Amino acid sequence: MVLESTLDQEQSVTEILKDGAEQGASLIQTTAIANSDGSFISMFTIFILAIFVGYYVIWNVTPALHSPLMSVTNAISSVIIVGALIAAGPKEIDVTDVNPAKIFGFVAVVLASINIFGGFMVTQRMLQMYKKRVR
Amino acid sequence: MDENFSAIAYLIASIFFIMALRGLSSPETARNGNMFGITGMVIAIATTLASPGVVSYDWIIVGLVIGGAIGDIIARRIQMTALPQLVAAFHSLVGLAAVFVASAAFYQPAAYGIGDFLNIPTPSMIEMSIGTAIGALTFTGSIIAFAKLQGIMSGAPIVFSGQHLLNAILGVIMVALVVMICTEQSEQLYWTIVGIALLLGISMIIPIGGADMPVVISMLNSYSGWAACGIGFTLSNPALIIVGALVGSSGAILSYVMCKGMNRSFISVILGGFGGEISTTDSVTGDRNVRAGSADDAAFIMKNASNVIIVPGYGMAVAQAQHALREMADLLKKEGINVRYAIHPVAGRMPGHMNVLLAEANVPYDEVLELDEINRDFPSTDVAFVIGANDVTNPAAKTDPQSAIYGMPILDVERAATVLFIKRSLGSGYAGVDNELFFRENTMMLFSDAKQMCEDIVKALE
Repeated sequence: MVLESTLDQEQSVTEILKDGAEQGASLIQTTAIANSDGSFISMFTIFILAIFVGYYVIWNVTPALHSPLMSVTNAISSVIIVGALIAAGPKEIDVTDVNPAKIFGFVAVVLASINIFGGFMVTQRMLQMYKKRVR
Repeated sequence: MDENFSAIAYLIASIFFIMALRGLSSPETARNGNMFGITGMVIAIATTLASPGVVSYDWIIVGLVIGGAIGDIIARRIQMTALPQLVAAFHSLVGLAAVFVASAAFYQPAAYGIGDFLNIPTPSMIEMSIGTAIGALTFTGSIIAFAKLQGIMSGAPIVFSGQHLLNAILGVIMVALVVMICTEQSEQLYWTIVGIALLLGISMIIPIGGADMPVVISMLNSYSGWAACGIGFTLSNPALIIVGALVGSSGAILSYVMCKGMNRSFISVILGGFGGEISTTDSVTGDRNVRAGSADDAAFIMKNASNVIIVPGYGMAVAQAQHALREMADLLKKEGINVRYAIHPVAGRMPGHMNVLLAEANVPYDEVLELDEINRDFPSTDVAFVIGANDVTNPAAKTDPQSAIYGMPILDVERAATVLFIKRSLGSGYAGVDNELFFRENTMMLFSDAKQMCEDIVKALE
């Protein structure tokens, strides 16, 4: 009896695993098809090229402006807000059952916008102070 | 909005971001650069708001208004001397935002087109866990850096035995957890990854001393970029990936520049333990002569000079002496004296900090020169005026292989005919190394608070 049930369980576990694997595989396939123009490899290409662009652009930044560079990179890295907007934006179905994702999205919108406003403004403040010698 | 259209819009935003960084190659183009950055951000946000998945704007608007108001207040009120802390705090926000975005994607993957809850395709799960882990460690790491810079926490490195082992173990656990969450997704596993990463951020930064803060800030800048990248991969958003890579490489390059400025390897900075409290014990003062002078002496010497190079350091920022210093320089310039400023790469607590402080005091940026631009001019200089700097002028870096700062590039102030050195006492610098320069014949020590001394010299000059 006990043996049987464990056997059953084992069978069901393998079935679940099998099902899961099939589902996973089909899911990966579908997402791969859905994102055929946004697949990992093209994203990876963009990533590597952007590192190279960054490398050459940043070496051109004058050391005198390294502080503004830090604050502006900080501001633009808050473009992560696009992910937050997607999470905070879906239509609310039920007020009593708010998806945690929407709350997370909201918090991330607040955090990122502190950075966007604060980062760009403090950079502007700094850059306005750099003046050339009056001859 | 059409998917191709939004892809183009994100591409345009990315180009604007690249232009923003490109603008920083000179102070003349930098302000335009900042406008490019803002434009890019507006385009990216507008594109996302117009996407079909985003339909209810109420929470978003509330969030933007709250965040915007806080950011606005902070940016207006912040003192330029407190800039390093501010940047550290901002990095922590990027890190935390990355964690929240990843968590949102974990709980509602459908919104991002990456499967269903607890059934996210493996590649996305890996990208997401890496993004959230880097975000979490950026968050706590930046908080620690902030606390050290703000003086809430001692700048001294906190070291204990087995520290590196602990970090290594945490790292290994993290990798194991990421592997586990790919095979079996669960909320507990996800939050454990976040928790371990938060811990790792703390334990990584606490052993790093105050002197290494410029490197730490740059490193965290880099991390915040890689976190954004991880999220960009999860969302398949090219703008986010490009920005993340730009920011990541920017921070990495700045870390490299800072390490080179201290002749330290990146690894040794990470391992930490360097740069303790300013030691107050003076082992050598008893039996050696120091020439001390007054403000009048300093004014007299400088008035009779034709070339003066001012070497500012963090001490100037602490004493808020930059305005008084500029007044002094103006008076000297009126006398027809050529006054310039020499900035060491690691002067201050973040890259370029001194330049901002001098700019704030209305010092024209073309009078402010970098180490390799000005170092060869010291032999033909009459007066080197050292204010609030110490280790970056220490000749021991060139002559004494035993010294902790041996090999660090320094400003050759000792080659000037006269060195005027403002200092409160003969204490050693941040690196805890005695400065041989104090006892040289051509050095005159001006024992005082930096601001007070500048004001006194101004009075004497008038």
